[in-house]
Amino acid sequence: MSSTEIDRQWTTRLRHRLTRRLPPEKVLPDTQPAYVASWIYVFGVTTLSALGVVILSGFILALKGPQWWHVSGVGHFVNSLHLWSVEIFFFAMVIHLWSKYFMAAWRGGRSLTWVTGVVTFLVSIATAFTGYVSQTNFDSQWISTQAKDGINSTGVGSFFNVLNFGQMLMWHIVLLPLVAVLLTALHVVMVRAKGVVPPFEDKPSEEKLLREKEEAR
Amino acid sequence: MAETLLAALVSLDGTGHYFHWHWIDISYANLTVIILMVVVFVVALFLPFPGRRNKKETR
Repeated sequence: MSSTEIDRQWTTRLRHRLTRRLPPEKVLPDTQPAYVASWIYVFGVTTLSALGVVILSGFILALKGPQWWHVSGVGHFVNSLHLWSVEIFFFAMVIHLWSKYFMAAWRGGRSLTWVTGVVTFLVSIATAFTGYVSQTNFDSQWISTQAKDGINSTGVGSFFNVLNFGQMLMWHIVLLPLVAVLLTALHVVMVRAKGVVPPFEDKPSEEKLLREKEEAR
Repeated sequence: MAETLLAALVSLDGTGHYFHWHWIDISYANLTVIILMVVVFVVALFLPFPGRRNKKETR
């Protein structure tokens, strides 16, 4: 095969494109800009860490089943771990959202990073909701019977039936987490590719501008 | 012990407690979480970050 033919292969073209946009030093950087050393920048990674605990505790709940998480002490513990990691996940994600909103984090060609974040937030709400209706207790019965009228009024009820436990469980443990994790991965890759958004530059005061003019004379 | 302390703080034996103000109707649990989020957000803006150096890049 000639080198021109190799260059035209889709694998070669894709590899070149990926390494151009995501060189290894961007994927796994050694340093970050100085402005990242602020507490307001920790909420993205807090959300990611909480997501890790959510998935891990979810795996254990899936392995052991409802009888275990309702009756045994360890089951109660893992069930609570799953709930509280979700609480921390949303708590950190909302603060992350606020901080990025006030930083206008879509600046500098980062609009898709912002959009993937927003969509991940919405998908996470749907994932949490299907989790609440899959608890197999009175709480889940109450939530699903309250939600059915709202969902049905949107017309979605024909294929998203909140009273269908099996369907809700499958949405919760297969479809929605898959979408949420893929979107999160895409979001993180985009942050790596474009870098963390810098803060707004300080607007110099009139006094400072006058002083600089004086110095320039 | 922890359960007794929590029970003393908030009675979970009964219907939920709600905050009403004009058209706003929200449970105290949700209101507490929202207030906590705002507090953490403001604290994160002003609390000095440990080991912050005046360099262009940081590790």
